[in-house]
Amino acid sequence: MPVKELREELKEKIIEQLNLEEFSVSDIDDDAALFGDGLGLDSIDALELIVMLDKDYGIQLTDPKEGKEVFKSITVLADYIAERTNK
Amino acid sequence: MQNEQTNKNIVPRVVVTGMGIISAIGNSVEANKKALLASKSGIGPISKINTIHAERIKVGEVIFSNDELVSQLQLPEDNNFTRTALLGLFAAKEAVENAEILDINSYKTGLISSTTVGGMDKTEQHLKQFSSSSESQKYISSHHAGDSTKKIAKYLGVNEFSTTMSTACSSATNAIMLGARLIKAGKLERVIVGGTDALAKFTINGFKTLMILSEDVCQPFDEHRKGLNLGEGAAYLVLESEKIAKKEGKSIMAYISGYANANDAFHQTASSENGQGAYLAMQKALNLAQLKPKQIDYINAHGTATPNNDLSESIAIKRVFGNDIPDFSSTKGYTGHTLAAAGAVEAVYSVLALQEQTAFPNLNFKSKINETGLIPVTEIKKKPIHHVLSNSFGFGGNCSALILSKE
Amino acid sequence: MRDCYIHSVVSISAQNTFPNEDFLLDVIKYNAKKIQAVYPNYKDFISPVVTRRMQTGVKMGVVAANKALQIAKLNEPDAIITGTGMGCITDTEKFLNSIIDNDETYLTPTSFIQSTHNTVGAQIALGLKCNNYNNTYTHGSLSFESALIDAQLLLQEQGARHVLVGGIDELGTEFVDYVQMIEANKNKGIGVPFSEGATFTVLSTEKKENAIKLQDIITISEASKEELILKLEDFLALNNMDVKAIDAIILGDNGDMYDDYYEHITISLFSNASQIKYKHLSGEFHTASAFAFWLGINVLQKQHIPAEVLKNSGENKSIKTLLLYNQCKGKDHSFILLKT
Repeated sequence: MPVKELREELKEKIIEQLNLEEFSVSDIDDDAALFGDGLGLDSIDALELIVMLDKDYGIQLTDPKEGKEVFKSITVLADYIAERTNK
Repeated sequence: MQNEQTNKNIVPRVVVTGMGIISAIGNSVEANKKALLASKSGIGPISKINTIHAERIKVGEVIFSNDELVSQLQLPEDNNFTRTALLGLFAAKEAVENAEILDINSYKTGLISSTTVGGMDKTEQHLKQFSSSSESQKYISSHHAGDSTKKIAKYLGVNEFSTTMSTACSSATNAIMLGARLIKAGKLERVIVGGTDALAKFTINGFKTLMILSEDVCQPFDEHRKGLNLGEGAAYLVLESEKIAKKEGKSIMAYISGYANANDAFHQTASSENGQGAYLAMQKALNLAQLKPKQIDYINAHGTATPNNDLSESIAIKRVFGNDIPDFSSTKGYTGHTLAAAGAVEAVYSVLALQEQTAFPNLNFKSKINETGLIPVTEIKKKPIHHVLSNSFGFGGNCSALILSKE
Repeated sequence: MRDCYIHSVVSISAQNTFPNEDFLLDVIKYNAKKIQAVYPNYKDFISPVVTRRMQTGVKMGVVAANKALQIAKLNEPDAIITGTGMGCITDTEKFLNSIIDNDETYLTPTSFIQSTHNTVGAQIALGLKCNNYNNTYTHGSLSFESALIDAQLLLQEQGARHVLVGGIDELGTEFVDYVQMIEANKNKGIGVPFSEGATFTVLSTEKKENAIKLQDIITISEASKEELILKLEDFLALNNMDVKAIDAIILGDNGDMYDDYYEHITISLFSNASQIKYKHLSGEFHTASAFAFWLGINVLQKQHIPAEVLKNSGENKSIKTLLLYNQCKGKDHSFILLKT
């Protein structure tokens, strides 16, 4: 899957999984921070996203701390997934 | 403060006259004491619950099966006791016997219990048969958290006041606190207080999703701690007003001298960086007991061995005690984290610490946490102990602290 | 001993009680077996970012609590105490079913985190950044009453001046059907619909003009009908009154065979008092008695008993003292005394 499409797919999944009903795909910037000041996600969301990575992309994170880097932004997350699934 | 002092003559002191416990390290107070003094942990592989995580978790299971508990308690075979209720009744019964209560209604007696999972151990086995199987249906009414308390009250003959608390892992400490307050207010003369929780797939999987279950035995307050081990158990204390205990010639095991409840108001599950809720609970308990921090001889810490709790609790302890940190340890390495029961399990251990004049070791500790540098007691330590502080913190920011004293 | 005054009471229920402009003038009549509460527009009160993890009970609780604080003009209560019979049953069911359906794999934490009984009290504290006393009771139909007892004690101990107390239960999606199935198979099971709601009140030691007084409360786990009468008389005597002082009594009739406890009490002691019932309007749930608390306070304040809740033909006299009586299956009796 091209990275651009993957990014859009991730945005949709994040909105659905985290019940962010007031957001639409166009509200989420590719490079904006997902946590903290950006989208305002927190540690519970990170755990939700870790399960999504495992379930939908077969990527397992064992340490929640790893999530901090991986979930930095949509761009970072999409690249991370692409690197591990397009081999 | 002023009021406490001036009222001292009329407000009765609250004493512990009996205890009962069932945990991974034993089925009685005596057995628990032996294991504590022998540094013998009860944590191991799970045997009573069929879970896919069995290979990757360690737990503190009570040795008795449900059938064994039913037969020990001489319950009818068609009972609808959940494991939570069985454990609770087993420990509460020991507490009442230990307090040498022959007629429960000779004084105005209440029961305050606590649980987080309630009847979940049966619900999770029977949920999908509830609509079809009459054998399963008896567990519909035993699901809610008040059920185990009602069963214990009925068995013990407590007909007047009883209630159940559920503030996650601080529950039983709050039950002890309410019991003491009701005696002080003159509303009860005697009260059985504590908590009970059985292991369940529900909590195993819940803590698993939070990624805070350790694959190995837990290491409270260690720099390399990897999370908690769940445990199960129940413990109860019999509290009485000092006046009645003395009148009845009972041996007084300990005094309830301080307690407090505060909320961290930081996050639904995580503790704050400065441990504000824990700090307030400890500080307010000291105030009520009219004790200075340096008078605390031993802290039975909450110490679950999750990265977050132990750091936050260490910081809170440092804020209260400064550079003069009392001997402290977490006994979760013995029992695992028994959730709602933990506060009562550890109150029993705190009374044992007073009776044995011993600080119990914090098992599996190797290296201190870099940020705080606190080192718990790692071997049996005999010493004069007058006052013990016991901490219990839970989800939802619920933080409670209890102080038990020898005199 | 210090008195407890009620500075506000707010109820979200199956009736249109939340706006509370008219007092049960246009009641909603239900034929269904299960009825949802009339929900407020949550977005008017809490941001969607905050509510995205909340199920019905937590949302109802937080909104009712905030309004109760607002009316009482209180920013930070000295204590937050809640009671709930079934706890956060929706998230409990959700997590439980995902364990069963997915065979313990791919589970996410949110529903587990939100399933603990103290979630409502915790979320209120979190929203207010309130570090004070915080407790949650879950003891079947004595859950709200237990919270009230704790609150009364805190005020009397002088440990607190203003306490926020609430009773919350949500319908959920599965367990309620099993409970109803059991009731339906009984000879005379619960007849009123099952429902849900959240009622919050601010209790204070400060006497305010027209504030209703929570005179006293008692709970009794088990007693025969005869013992109950004696215990109730003792309770009234302890409060320096006798049965004649009770102008109105609110009864928890729910259509099951244990309604005869209400009948026995009223015939024996309160035949001259106005008799009120409400569960046909609120539905039955563990903390339905908190709706009765809301109703009692409104009756005393407005000096009016809505026709839809009046059980007997009451005379038109002033109502100064009101007694609430609730029980569940002949057990877990509670008596609450309210006074103008």
